[in-house]
Amino acid sequence: MSLYCKIQKRLGRFLLDVELDVGDEVLALLGASGCGKSMTLRCIAGIEKPDHGIIVLDDKTLFDSKKRINLPPKQRKTGMLFQDYALFPNMSVLENISISASRASRSDVDALITTFRLEGLENHHPYQLSGGQRQRCALARMLASGPDLIMLDEPFSALDTFLRWQMEQEVAATIKRFGKTVLLVSHNRDEVYRLCSRASVICSGKNEPIRTKHDLFFHPHTYADALLTGCKNIFEATASGRQISIPALCATFTTGTTVSDIEYIGIRAKKILPFFMKSLDARTIDLHYEILSVTESMFSYILLVQPIGGSQPLYWEIEKEKYPEIRQHKSILSIPVKEIMLLREARE
Amino acid sequence: MDLFPLCNSIRISLIATAITLALGILCAYHIARLPGWIKGIMDTFLTIPMVLPPTVVGYLILVTTSPKSALGSFLKTTLSTTITMKWYAAVIAVVIVTFPLMYRTVRSAFESFDENLLHAGRTLGLSNSLIFRRILLPNCRSGILAGIVLSFARGIGEYGATSMVAGYIAGKTATVSTTVAYYWQTNQDDLAMRWVLINLSISFAVMLTVNYFDKKNTSSKRRQSDVTLL
Repeated sequence: MSLYCKIQKRLGRFLLDVELDVGDEVLALLGASGCGKSMTLRCIAGIEKPDHGIIVLDDKTLFDSKKRINLPPKQRKTGMLFQDYALFPNMSVLENISISASRASRSDVDALITTFRLEGLENHHPYQLSGGQRQRCALARMLASGPDLIMLDEPFSALDTFLRWQMEQEVAATIKRFGKTVLLVSHNRDEVYRLCSRASVICSGKNEPIRTKHDLFFHPHTYADALLTGCKNIFEATASGRQISIPALCATFTTGTTVSDIEYIGIRAKKILPFFMKSLDARTIDLHYEILSVTESMFSYILLVQPIGGSQPLYWEIEKEKYPEIRQHKSILSIPVKEIMLLREARE
Repeated sequence: MDLFPLCNSIRISLIATAITLALGILCAYHIARLPGWIKGIMDTFLTIPMVLPPTVVGYLILVTTSPKSALGSFLKTTLSTTITMKWYAAVIAVVIVTFPLMYRTVRSAFESFDENLLHAGRTLGLSNSLIFRRILLPNCRSGILAGIVLSFARGIGEYGATSMVAGYIAGKTATVSTTVAYYWQTNQDDLAMRWVLINLSISFAVMLTVNYFDKKNTSSKRRQSDVTLL
């Protein structure tokens, strides 16, 4: 089972230009809103028609602009979970799930109702269901049509925080049972990290090469990668040979190898250390600073600090128990050089 | 009192409403999917009868169906009948006059329909006709009902075009509105007043029905949003 999709679609001044090659895995499309994630899914489902390109699912060509193939959505067998679930309001839960019953037998429908814990709700209408029940109903309906590929469009965006976690477990289990190609669209890095195996960042219509989630999250290559994986400190940087300077922090450091096309550097807020805690053999950038503001979260403090001589502030997240020590030995922070992420503007 | 005009009006309006219902849904469904500029032209063309004086509509029907016209003479020679001055001529008139009402109400119901539901239906592998019958129509039910009631009411009261194509022949083509005009013209004010009262009560009943559906619709919507909040 695999999906190959290379499509282009122009919408006014926006150009969607996406290439994906996915196996039996969960691939996340990570991107800010309006970057073309949902449009990509809609093109694969056949709701939108790309201008150029090719979409092949297993051995079946769904779309090929050169051969003038454009299968209608109903022949594509691509299941889609819509952001607002798009349950049919005039039908009961049972009718919603069994409307595509030409593909699923009655016992399959019963099994789905049991799996998604919808027993007793068969005759309820969507407006009588809670958010979680609606999503379970939509998942069951999608699977009842026997899809070869499933696509989840921001599956948790309509749920409150408490339900999100529960439904994430539900979706994770569904994905595991399904066992074929799954595309997950999200702008939430935590969801993506927990649910997918590989991910591709989409930024203003273009996607970056697919990478494993570990690679993407721990070694982001581009500005968009760093931003979407939750890096709070991104600064412009200039490289010459092995020397990289960060004007905004008024700091320089050297890298192990020669780098040329570096335009930004990223520093995760949790990787910054107080000077007295750094290990002595590690190379660091040490900066004097002033605290601009302190925000208390549940397990940590988030400090906004201004490096002396620098022009932009830094976000610094520190565990609660270490915070009092910072108050005592304040004024120097250390950024381990190996934790600094070297970033390009976008993919070549 | 001879109730033929009332029965005739109801007969004409029911048949005409059934025809406009089918035509209106068909046109609204297909025209909504056309590209912009064709849609604009079709829209204008189909809603013109709404602003045309009914007498103009009547005149145009007479021109195209009178025994002198191609269609009229064809009917006269093959079926040896004429359309004009028959009760069913009024059906044609009422269909044309009420069509824009039905078309516009149904189309606005289709346009406010959540497109994602159609997309969902298609990704589930449902055929277009199944999506149309089981998803689009039932969810646009209140808009379609409003179109039916409005068209029926307009049809009952249609005077201008009807009087031109069907005239007033007691017991043959008389309708409630032409009857009022006839009695008034012949100075039978008592009878005219009776038919005026009948007309008033029909209109009252229709508006009551429209309001009932309207209220039911908004309260069911409110119920839905309440549940969403919970």
